Amino acid sequence: MAQTGTIGDKVFRTILVIAAAIILVIVVTIIFMMVWNALPTIRNFGLGFLTGREWIPADNIFGALPFIYGTVVSSLIALVISVPISVGIAVFLVEQAPKKISTPIGFMVELLAAIPSVVYGLWGIFVLAPFVRDYLGVFLEKYFGWLPLFQGRLTGIGMLTGGIILALMITPIITAVVRDILEVVPTQQREAALALGATKWETTQIVLGNAASGIAGAVILGLGRALGETMAITMVIGNSPQISASLFEPAYTIASVLAANFADATDEIYLSALIEMGLVLFLVTFVVNAFAKLLVMRVGSNIKHA
Amino acid sequence: MFIKTISIFLFFGVALGLACSGQPVGQSNGSTSTSGGAIRLQGSGSTFVKPMMDKWTSEYGKLNPNIKIDYQSTGSGAGIKTIQNQTAEFGASDAAMTDDELKQAPAEIIHIPVVLGAVVMTYNLASVKQPLRLSPELIADIYLGKIKKWDDEKIKKENPDVQLSATDIVPVFRADGSGTSDIFTDFLSKTNPEWKEKIGRTKNPQLPPGVGLGGKGNEGVMGQVKQTPNAIGYVELTFATANNLPTALVKNSSGNYIAPSGETVSNAAAAMSSKMPDDLRFEITNSEGAEAYPISGIVYVLAYKDQKDATKGKSLADFLWWAIHDGEKFVKDLNYAPLPAEVVKKTEVKINSMISGGKPLRQ
Repeated sequence: MAQTGTIGDKVFRTILVIAAAIILVIVVTIIFMMVWNALPTIRNFGLGFLTGREWIPADNIFGALPFIYGTVVSSLIALVISVPISVGIAVFLVEQAPKKISTPIGFMVELLAAIPSVVYGLWGIFVLAPFVRDYLGVFLEKYFGWLPLFQGRLTGIGMLTGGIILALMITPIITAVVRDILEVVPTQQREAALALGATKWETTQIVLGNAASGIAGAVILGLGRALGETMAITMVIGNSPQISASLFEPAYTIASVLAANFADATDEIYLSALIEMGLVLFLVTFVVNAFAKLLVMRVGSNIKHA
Repeated sequence: MFIKTISIFLFFGVALGLACSGQPVGQSNGSTSTSGGAIRLQGSGSTFVKPMMDKWTSEYGKLNPNIKIDYQSTGSGAGIKTIQNQTAEFGASDAAMTDDELKQAPAEIIHIPVVLGAVVMTYNLASVKQPLRLSPELIADIYLGKIKKWDDEKIKKENPDVQLSATDIVPVFRADGSGTSDIFTDFLSKTNPEWKEKIGRTKNPQLPPGVGLGGKGNEGVMGQVKQTPNAIGYVELTFATANNLPTALVKNSSGNYIAPSGETVSNAAAAMSSKMPDDLRFEITNSEGAEAYPISGIVYVLAYKDQKDATKGKSLADFLWWAIHDGEKFVKDLNYAPLPAEVVKKTEVKINSMISGGKPLRQ
């Protein structure tokens, strides 16, 4: 450790170390407590818990696969919809829009981020679900009905609506972060590109290339919220633990099953199963994040070679 | 040195985790402390009884300004958990505690019926004006996915005058563990062998894959039925009445189709009260009364027979006594059903059996 000489510096350093250590303590404690409380189901079901497709608490049958599927797929739908829109908004705000427009639009994006998720959920039931049932779903069924994704009973409540709600919820986050990242790309780069005769589109490509790893980080942040989102998606996804190819069918996410059942789980094994679900969510988030980090590294190195 | 510091913190973290996990939840009685001379009672549980409890606690508070009763609606299961863990003075549940649940409690818990409720079948069929008539077999077949269309012969047979179209039925169920589901599945288990075998009586029914949509809470089911044409769902009577939603007539064990109302629910309890056991734990589903609504249930307040704190115990016993007598006049306004006289009598005995330090709390 470097010598600094004064007591003040030592105190300062100790405070910082404590601050950093607290986060570690919290993470380790949470994981430990969850594993500890999930032990009954881990012992009873082992890996079968992760691969089981049936979830019948009354008969003590617990399989998490439909929930893992629901969580991952709904988040993927959210990303597919949200990323192009978010990046588009951010590029427009930073690269194209005059200040008079970009300030109010930026403000509106931030406003969206502040809406509580239960409001999104209610809006989902009363506005989005009927829209999906009467228009969007009908359209998809008509033109893309040959895909198994868009077949089956169309009720407006299901995986697709869940994914759209999530997309709406993560768009402000991704947009805000991408905007901040684009803003710190040096203006000289844009000027240099323009000076070399690049069009606006080509300039934007260069800017986006340089901001790629930051954008990927923004997407991961959004993904994190999508994976863990509870209230809104519980209200529109239909809460039925099944794995169906159709996006019209109801599904169930890990966060939803926890929110719906945690307070009412009186049975020890049931409670333990729910806690293990929490652990699985932890794991899914971790794997997805690690995967995304790898992706960022790949993208980063590709750009350097280009 | 840096790493060493962190590892020490890690060690403490793990130690802390161990210490926490070893301790049972809810040993503290922080929420139940007496402050400033006022007596505070804490209760939690059934969401269904929340509006009733709010009315009672506020009216009772007017009469007894020194007693403050808080009721949190956390769900029946959570109500059972709080009373087991002794984190509140009383719990409330739409279903009686099971033998297993009673065993997990440190002392004897008594069941005090306070009010009755009904689970109604509500539906979203724009073209249907008169109430649907449903038998238990129809309800079970719809929720088992055996009847898929509204114009199914079996439905038409019971509803000859109703205009039904060939649309898909969308059954909506409760996704969260709930007393409502318990009453609903108890009724179907009693009346339909296939239901009993495949799903049974449970707070968490799991329908065959792809059959239904799950809503969270009565509000969630309500919202989905309201928003989804051709949907059918089960909710507590209060929610359907408050939302002006249609409710189906359900066939009871005497073969009559009965509309849910405070009166028909009270009939269900009255017809069964002679069979009520001493601990008052029983069901009034599929009741024998000719005018009884068959999907009815009892809301219980759960409390320890032997109260640790005599002052609070007395307040609780007095409050419950008031609730089943003077408090009954608020019941109908809120779309609940009052206890029939015979049940009130048995409940009085139960309340009078509450003791503290070996002495009865009332008298």
